[in-house]
Amino acid sequence: MNALLHQVLSGLASGGIYASVGLALVMIYQATHLVNFAQGELAMFATYLAWTLMQAGVPYWGAFAITVACAFVAGVAIERIIVRPVENAPILAVVIVFIALLVIFNSLAGWIWTYTIKPFPSPFPSQPLFGNSYVSSHELGSMAITLAVLLLLFVFFRYTPLGLAMRAAAQNPESSRLVGIRVGWMLALGWGLAAAIGAIAGMMVAPTVFLEPNMMGGILLYAFAGALLGGIDSPGGAVLGGFIVGVLENVVGAYVGTELKLTVALVVIVGVLVVRPSGLFGRVHVTRV
Amino acid sequence: MSAVPPLTSAPAATVAEPVAAPTPVVAAAAVEVAPAQPPRRLERRHIVAVVVLLALACALPFFIPNYRTFQLTLALAYAIALLGLNMLTGYNGQISLGHGAFFAIGAYTAAILMDKADWPYWATIPVAGVVCLVAGFLFGLPALRLEGLYLAVATLALAYAMPQILKHKAIEQWTGGVQGIVIVKPDPPWGLPISQDQWLYFFVLLWVVVLFVVGWNLLRGRVGRAMVAIRDQPIAAKAMGIDTAIVKSMSFGVSALFTGVAGALNAIAVQFVAPDSFQPFLSISLLVGIVIGGLASISGAFYGALFIQFVPNLADQLSKAAPWALYGVFLLAFMYAMPFGVAGFVQRVAARFRRRPRGPA
Repeated sequence: MNALLHQVLSGLASGGIYASVGLALVMIYQATHLVNFAQGELAMFATYLAWTLMQAGVPYWGAFAITVACAFVAGVAIERIIVRPVENAPILAVVIVFIALLVIFNSLAGWIWTYTIKPFPSPFPSQPLFGNSYVSSHELGSMAITLAVLLLLFVFFRYTPLGLAMRAAAQNPESSRLVGIRVGWMLALGWGLAAAIGAIAGMMVAPTVFLEPNMMGGILLYAFAGALLGGIDSPGGAVLGGFIVGVLENVVGAYVGTELKLTVALVVIVGVLVVRPSGLFGRVHVTRV
Repeated sequence: MSAVPPLTSAPAATVAEPVAAPTPVVAAAAVEVAPAQPPRRLERRHIVAVVVLLALACALPFFIPNYRTFQLTLALAYAIALLGLNMLTGYNGQISLGHGAFFAIGAYTAAILMDKADWPYWATIPVAGVVCLVAGFLFGLPALRLEGLYLAVATLALAYAMPQILKHKAIEQWTGGVQGIVIVKPDPPWGLPISQDQWLYFFVLLWVVVLFVVGWNLLRGRVGRAMVAIRDQPIAAKAMGIDTAIVKSMSFGVSALFTGVAGALNAIAVQFVAPDSFQPFLSISLLVGIVIGGLASISGAFYGALFIQFVPNLADQLSKAAPWALYGVFLLAFMYAMPFGVAGFVQRVAARFRRRPRGPA
């Protein structure tokens, strides 16, 4: 029983990471109906930036803030410079542009920082909090940060005029344009936010998986699966989906064996999707003839 | 955004020939394609072009080194896989990010039959095709419930799962586990005075000809039109009496068949299979191939195959430090210059030249 509890708790911790990356995917999906395959590599790149800053002597939270800000600017820039020109291209052509971004960032990171694995510091104390033996303080801390980010986003979209404008631009671009919302900039802002969230997720996951150019590969897949499991048009669902996937992955890993854990976890996810094709909390698509 | 299913956002405003692309009343097509007419009847100039190209293809291995012949052999095998994937994604509108798995199944079928059952290499190809047909059909059944992104993640899961399954201990005695299987390179038959690489090239070329003729016939006929109808107007297609479930899952099966044959040919050419040759990146490459080549186009398979075979090598030669960054830049450049793929670009250029003499405009 204790062992199971332990697995569930550390599953929740990695689930928090999947939830953050999934949230970043949902941000871009809601605005453009596209899944950004390069999300994970952007997060990885941002984490390297944080590492470089820390090597240069910047304290952790200073580096954290600078990295999040840089990721935001980079996200906006990528939308304006690289994604904008293919706005009207066929959907799969845009997907290929994302794949191109993925390989470019991956390869650049390997070139600049080499492929050797680097340790990344955690901002949280190394002793477990409150003397518990189930969950490390890094796991607790990263879960708390994920939930804080979710709360901030909720407040932003629910209670600020800018958040309202972004939601409007995503739901009905034409009408939004008519009432004076600059839809293009709203999309760019969505990209910026997604990149910033991704950067936070990257810095939270790096202490556990270590820093290397391919660190986000599996995480992106789990985040994608989690977001779809929860329903990709619902941010809350995506977060919950991320947590579910995290727990599932860990429990399967402990009881079925690690060599098939990815496979079993994915089979379960696909099984759920077959029963509920729009995800657990997603809106069911109604097609009008 | 209520009625818009995943993966449809870009307006169809850039489609060149209005005759070919029906305006979507229901925004339901998961994949948008270039001027997408089903392949037409062959005109004489087409036949001449195909015969000339075929003659060139036959002559080529006598003028280039063996290593280049080997690379071209791999590219030809990729072309078959791309035609298969294009049937599913380009013509039928079902996105697959997991066709590398069928490629792997085909390759392993051939390798196991040759290594454990001592079959001759040529006899393994049809078996690999049939095994993949069944596997693809079975995978296509649950996939019927999924569309767009959801199908993409299900197939991507297949791509991630495949290397793990191949490494699993339960089937290690056949698959050879992480080590994989080494097979012998076939000698040219009947004492032909050509090298092994040249013979393999012709062997694969033969399969290319056979499968492209089959594919072309399939796509221009009743089945192909049903596939396109399901992609563009699923409800209308159903109303017209098309059994969408069976057409969609058969598309999956046939598409897997083509990809599996390509995998078997690839395994025979490289003489080696191992789980790590079939990483998810292979599936992504195949998708890149069909988009670069041109969705819903038969000739696009060749352009795409040349791209995924030679551009990584080219990038590697140009920049040792970050070859994949350069590959990414090539991808971006292609997508900016030809959003409808090379085949779409060629078609447009050809259409412009044909239209000009006919009057003002």
